[in-house]
Amino acid sequence: MDRFVFLTFDGLSRGAVYAAFALALVLIWRGARIVNFAQGAMAIATVYAAYSVTSATGSYWLGFGAALLCGLALGVLVERGVMRFVGHTSPLNAVIVALGLVLVIQAVLGMVYGNEFRPSEAPFSRTAFTVGGLAFLSRYDLFVFAAVVTLMVGLALLFTRTPVGLRLRAAAFAPEVSRLLGVNVAGMRTLAWALASAVGALAAMLVVPTGLGLHPTSMDLVFVTAFTAAVVGGLDSPLGAVAGGLAVGLLLSYVSGYAGAEMTPVAVLLLLLAVLLVRPSGLFSGVAARRV
Amino acid sequence: MTDSILEVSGLVAGYGAAPVLRDVDLTVPRGAITAVLGANGAGKTTLLRALSGLLKPTAGRIVFDGTDLRGTKVEQLVRRGLAHVPQGRGVVAELTVEENLRLGGLWRGDAPGLRRDMAEAYETFPALARRRKHSGHQLSGGERQMLALARALVGRPRLLLLDEPSLGLAPRVTAQIMALLRRLREASGLSVLLVEQNVRGALSVADGGVVMSLGRVAVTASAERLRDDTALRHAYLGF
Amino acid sequence: MRYTVVRHLALTLAAAAVLLALTYGLEPFRNYQLATAAAYLCATAGLTVLTGLSGQLSLGHGALMATGAYPVALAQNEFRDRDISGGWVLPVSLAIGVATALVAGLVVGLAAARLRGPYLAGVTLAVAVIVPALTTAFDSVFNGDQGLSVYIEPPPLSLGATFPYERWQAWIALTGALLTMFLLTNLVRSRYGRHFRAVRDDEVAARLAGINVARTQVLAFVVSAACAGLGGGLLAVLAQSVSPGAFSLTLSLFLVMAVVIGGLGRLAGAVWGALLLVLLPQASHSLTEALSLSPSAAQRLDGNLPLAIFGTTLVVVMLLAPGGIQGLLARLAGRFRPRPVTAPDHREVGTS
Repeated sequence: MDRFVFLTFDGLSRGAVYAAFALALVLIWRGARIVNFAQGAMAIATVYAAYSVTSATGSYWLGFGAALLCGLALGVLVERGVMRFVGHTSPLNAVIVALGLVLVIQAVLGMVYGNEFRPSEAPFSRTAFTVGGLAFLSRYDLFVFAAVVTLMVGLALLFTRTPVGLRLRAAAFAPEVSRLLGVNVAGMRTLAWALASAVGALAAMLVVPTGLGLHPTSMDLVFVTAFTAAVVGGLDSPLGAVAGGLAVGLLLSYVSGYAGAEMTPVAVLLLLLAVLLVRPSGLFSGVAARRV
Repeated sequence: MTDSILEVSGLVAGYGAAPVLRDVDLTVPRGAITAVLGANGAGKTTLLRALSGLLKPTAGRIVFDGTDLRGTKVEQLVRRGLAHVPQGRGVVAELTVEENLRLGGLWRGDAPGLRRDMAEAYETFPALARRRKHSGHQLSGGERQMLALARALVGRPRLLLLDEPSLGLAPRVTAQIMALLRRLREASGLSVLLVEQNVRGALSVADGGVVMSLGRVAVTASAERLRDDTALRHAYLGF
Repeated sequence: MRYTVVRHLALTLAAAAVLLALTYGLEPFRNYQLATAAAYLCATAGLTVLTGLSGQLSLGHGALMATGAYPVALAQNEFRDRDISGGWVLPVSLAIGVATALVAGLVVGLAAARLRGPYLAGVTLAVAVIVPALTTAFDSVFNGDQGLSVYIEPPPLSLGATFPYERWQAWIALTGALLTMFLLTNLVRSRYGRHFRAVRDDEVAARLAGINVARTQVLAFVVSAACAGLGGGLLAVLAQSVSPGAFSLTLSLFLVMAVVIGGLGRLAGAVWGALLLVLLPQASHSLTEALSLSPSAAQRLDGNLPLAIFGTTLVVVMLLAPGGIQGLLARLAGRFRPRPVTAPDHREVGTS
């Protein structure tokens, strides 16, 4: 029973990270109608940037900030420099371009930093607190929750209470009409990418120190898992992304605890196949994913 | 300050190989309601889209209140005072009534002024005030038209391009909207370019009109003449 | 139809003769490269049929190659453990690999047939990332990251004691590649090939014409998976080892790139793609050598330069090709069907 409690909290902590990353995917999906397959590679690049800054300055937090800034910058760079020019004749175009970017980003990281796994230290203890013999959360888990909750509250306020947020939503829902109303839709798209990329950077910074190790391909499986979470929740739904992320986190934690950590990738694949076969539009949305 | 708020000359525009607008000359008088009539496919909607820049013309000149609009981006037009309510209204269904309205005036960057104008909009359209927090999904066709109109007006335009406001609406609602346009023209000197399939409705409120046929302006006349000249009506308007 | 098959057979035999002569003229390393290209060709040809002909993008064909490679490794080692030998052993192992890949392709294909756009890409990406991870999940059988070595019998004595091993490898691989090309060329020209193209171009029209869309899609997947499995099995034979690192996401993306650049939809393009997969890393290796760098820097560059070049090429080709994937496909089909112009809100533009 205590194992179950521990796994539940652990799962929520993992789930929070998947929720954040899935949110980044949903942001770009709503804003640009594409799934950013390069999201993971972009995110790990920002973690490398943080690594360099932390190594140079000795401060984890400076590195953290650098990762977020780098995320913003990378989002702008990718959208303005590449994705803007992708033809709309097929949704596959953006997918293939994004994959090309994955190759380039991972190659550059390999060339600059090498392909060995670098250790990644968490800023807080990862040992779980025990309350009455029950293993709970660790300081690090609390940090993860705090960071993700702050992120979500921040995004929610941004989108619902600010003029920029209104413009972002209008540009995503109805780009043509928004232009007629004076909204700089192209600029909003870039902003959406920058935000999503920064969110991805945050998620990566939170997950890499949990035993993933720093390597150009570290985020590949996280991307696939977060994608699965976003699909579970419905690509159009931010709430769905959060729910999906937490659900997937819990599932993987139980699988890891009861069947062994190596079985988690299998669980992800089976879950994805199951969702896509049974209810591809996810639990919360109304987007057509299947051929009619 | 000239008599006409919009002067179009030699406008050519289309989608793909064949142009829909084939050399359109048009003058919209200031402070008046000008109807654009014609059969389906004549190019009425295309004309409005070319004017607001959603469709790039391949030739021709558009001068709005003395300024050539060439090179002006679509987003800039509302700042210049040109508002376009597209066919189908363009109410953003995922946003609430309040958010749609606010969207219309965001470009002004003048929060207090916007609040005042939104309050005024709620007075003019009490139905919208009642549905303030409802999302666009939940509105009826007539309410959406009112919202689209209110949203455009919140931006304080000098010229309003309206594309088929009566589409899908009951005659009573259409009459309300037309009456509203007349009141606006009288109260604030708003110029309106009104594309309509509903000829009677449009002519009941317009001061003048143009009839388009096959991508050109075939007839320019006062509303009276368009109403009374039966030969003209038969030839171009089908009744 | 029979005439076409005969013609293809004649062409295949002619090609075999030419290639046979070639293997006598090449030095051992080149023969090895030829063999590797032949193995890749099985996979790129299969992927061409799937993506180019049938319009389904798969980001997971590297993993499908692994589902062919690992059974071959296991079978070969099992045969050796039981002291079973003979000329028929290798073909049987390869057949087991192909069968396994076929089943994997069936599973993925069934899921994929109902999906489109990013969902299809996402599923195949998941396959690409996760299947290699299975080697760690089932460590006892697959030996995790270290992989397995593959026992291959030496060339038969009848060929002579000094018969170069690489030539033997080239013969094995080329046989597989020629067989694959022969079968695929016939498939492409057959009724099934027409069905693939019909579904790719206009699903609704195809269904109205009586084509079972789902079954056609699944068939394309299964066929391409079997080919990838053969390619993977051949790679296992050539490298005499299998490991998850050899079948990573990078390989899957390389295959996509090879097919896109080689010319979607044309089997001849698959040949170019396979050659590219072998020659580009070699070219970049030569470049790295020429830039006399420190050994650690050289190693970093060497491993990653091909990826960077491949990735950039993919991005550039996709951005420059007018109409993107669709345009490349349509141009190959010999006609350009302009899609209806849609406004960014995904509504059709009004025409009144």
